[in-house]
Amino acid sequence: MFANFDFDVIRRSLGYLFLDGMTFTLTLTGLATLGGIIFGTLIAMMRLSGSWLLSRIAGLYVDLMRSLPLVLVIFWFYFLVPYIGQWLTGAARPVRVGAFASSLITFTLFEAAYFSEIMRAGIQSISKGQPAAAQALGLTYAQTMRYVVLPQAFRNMLPVLLTQTIVLFQDTSLVYVLSIPDFLGAASKVAQRDGRLVEMYLFAALVYFVISCVASFGVRRLQARIAYVH
Amino acid sequence: MRPSRRDDACIDRANTNGAGSSVAGARTATLNYHWNWHVFWEPSPNGTGTYLDMLLSGLVLTIETALCAWIIALVLGAIVGVLRTLPSKAASWFGFAYVEFFRNMPLLVQLFLWFFVLPELLPRPWGLWLKQLTNAPFYTAAIGIGLFMSARVAEQTRSGINALPRGQRAAATALGLTTPQTYRYVLLPMAFRIILPPLTSEFLSTIKNTSVAITIGLIELTAEARAMQEFSFQVFEAFTAATILYLLVNIVVVVVMRFVERGVAVPGYIGGK
Amino acid sequence: MKCLRMLGLASGLALAAVLCTAQGEAEELSGTLRKIKDTGVINIGYRDSSIPFSYLDDNQKPIGFAIDICLAIVEAVKKQLKLDKLTVEFNPVTSSTRIPLLANGTIDLECGSTTNNPDRLKQVAFTNTHFLTATRFISRKSSKLNSIEDLKGKSVASTSGTTNIRQLTEANAARNLGINIIPAKEHAESFLMVETDRAVAAVLDDILLASFAAGSKEPEAYVISTDAFSKPEPYGIMLRKDDPAFKKVADDATAALYQGAEGQKLYDKWFMQKIPPKNLNLNVPIGAELKKAFAKPTDSPDPDSYKAM
Repeated sequence: MFANFDFDVIRRSLGYLFLDGMTFTLTLTGLATLGGIIFGTLIAMMRLSGSWLLSRIAGLYVDLMRSLPLVLVIFWFYFLVPYIGQWLTGAARPVRVGAFASSLITFTLFEAAYFSEIMRAGIQSISKGQPAAAQALGLTYAQTMRYVVLPQAFRNMLPVLLTQTIVLFQDTSLVYVLSIPDFLGAASKVAQRDGRLVEMYLFAALVYFVISCVASFGVRRLQARIAYVH
Repeated sequence: MRPSRRDDACIDRANTNGAGSSVAGARTATLNYHWNWHVFWEPSPNGTGTYLDMLLSGLVLTIETALCAWIIALVLGAIVGVLRTLPSKAASWFGFAYVEFFRNMPLLVQLFLWFFVLPELLPRPWGLWLKQLTNAPFYTAAIGIGLFMSARVAEQTRSGINALPRGQRAAATALGLTTPQTYRYVLLPMAFRIILPPLTSEFLSTIKNTSVAITIGLIELTAEARAMQEFSFQVFEAFTAATILYLLVNIVVVVVMRFVERGVAVPGYIGGK
Repeated sequence: MKCLRMLGLASGLALAAVLCTAQGEAEELSGTLRKIKDTGVINIGYRDSSIPFSYLDDNQKPIGFAIDICLAIVEAVKKQLKLDKLTVEFNPVTSSTRIPLLANGTIDLECGSTTNNPDRLKQVAFTNTHFLTATRFISRKSSKLNSIEDLKGKSVASTSGTTNIRQLTEANAARNLGINIIPAKEHAESFLMVETDRAVAAVLDDILLASFAAGSKEPEAYVISTDAFSKPEPYGIMLRKDDPAFKKVADDATAALYQGAEGQKLYDKWFMQKIPPKNLNLNVPIGAELKKAFAKPTDSPDPDSYKAM
């Protein structure tokens, strides 16, 4: 069955695959997670705030992002971001945005909707006594959030946030639709150039599998360790 | 999309005009894009009608693929979920391995494995037959997405069954029911009612995941929007239409599932009034 | 005395005015030239696998006939703007992203195998033609497909966003062929479909088909059809529309290149000699029509205007 397969092609392209492809994927995952959590927390706070307007806007944003396929959102932002940049900065021509920046913006904004739902659940799971006590101590809303509520919410939801990060890591492979060179894109380029589809795709599947497995195993261990009873 | 904004400043033009759009279209100096909402009624190059027909045929294919994948996911997922809750160690381990296999690989990679790798690993005549099937992308997408989602349905089923009070299983044993009978008459009916809301969002996920099949050549809604953009150069009109159609599908599914939930709810239990 | 002073003042003002306007005109850059002067960078869009026009060599660097032409344009821009340093950045594009990326400013020049036709001229501009090619299909000799009619009811691949897939789609509808059209993201993928027997034929520009056949594992197994979907159409380097200053620089640079000896040398380098990465010689002598288009550079989209005398 594996007679005329040339697995040497994997060895020859390891440098390109990992130095170019995997760094792109991991950098994108890391930065998008960071941005997504920050932006997601903001949106969660907007939804839980007293203001009807803020709450509606945040709700609509989350509903919109969760109803659309990621592939469509990737297409939207790839073509749209330079024009938005032009409108925002009042520039004379569309702002030049490269593939990485465009992907980063797409994933940050898309995943922020999912992160916001997680953070919202986290904030709501904190017992009401906490912010009440903070208010009794004279802390402002900002201080309550910063020192009392968010740290606890974040710690509670850490396993779920990390699981969503693993999902993000897998989702980055979708930039393939625009021929952007992430890990899968790099594997694909080598595969098509040398006609070695089987070898490269099997290898790519193996790498994704190992990384996700190890990461979710780590998350499970973490979950067991930080779980405490209220 | 945001309407046009007139701007007096001297702006250099990098225009993207719509093909054959001498008809209505506002030129926006700031956005440098020529809108043409009439493009939906212009004939598309593949002779099957207007661009709107193209998008609608993509929508039909999206729904067909999603439904087929969902049926596969429900059946397999329920079986595997049950396996994971069985007392037998072997079954439990198999269920665990199944779920881990499908959850730790991106959907795109899985589709590539089924579409590109599998036919090459089979004996040559079978591989050729697979490759030359007329609707190969559709079958591959339905089965690939179905298997991917089945892992998630399995997890939901498992948590649904585990959420039931332990007394249920004990009472069933006390009544003399065998394990299959326990699952069939006591555990599964209630478990499914519990997990109906998460299952709804899994179904919506399935619909969204059909767009990933654009990479193996399935010409569903997102792919048709892309083709429309390539033929007519009206990027934003095409994608806006696709966005609206996805939102509509979402709303329909959510409303229908709400009726189903209310229909099957057991009065006085879990959510039923 | 007063007269003299008035005269002096007047001539001084006139001189100042002349100097100022001259200064003003020299700095009155707009469009792409202004962008290049402001940022010091020019962005070139290249293709993955449009051999030998624009493709990646073994070190993943873009090379090709069109890339060399673009570098000549970059030299001309550098001279025109009197820049000491002009950084060239390469951006990958595909058939379906090249026009949107040119429009939204990600690239300034698209150097590949893009056909110049009236439809596209509504969105972009092209500089002088650098090649002529017709749309044909490639298939395995064993499939015995000779004419377009033989493709009836079969699976045929083509690259999305190209004139080829559009011509195939229109021919399919007009002649009622019932072809199952498989769109691919890049040219290499289209050919791969034929190699792996997923499609019986791939429809692309004939020069690209020749390159793929020559570079494949068994070049003798493939045949390019004599039947064509179109007349020989011109390739051009794409630029943004409504940017006459930049177009003039590009037109002048390409005209100088084609008319001079450099042009013929460049053509021979890519079509008559061994090229990376597999050291193949495509052996395509310059055709009479292209020779005429080099002697009298033109950016006409009309295939009929290229007929040799």
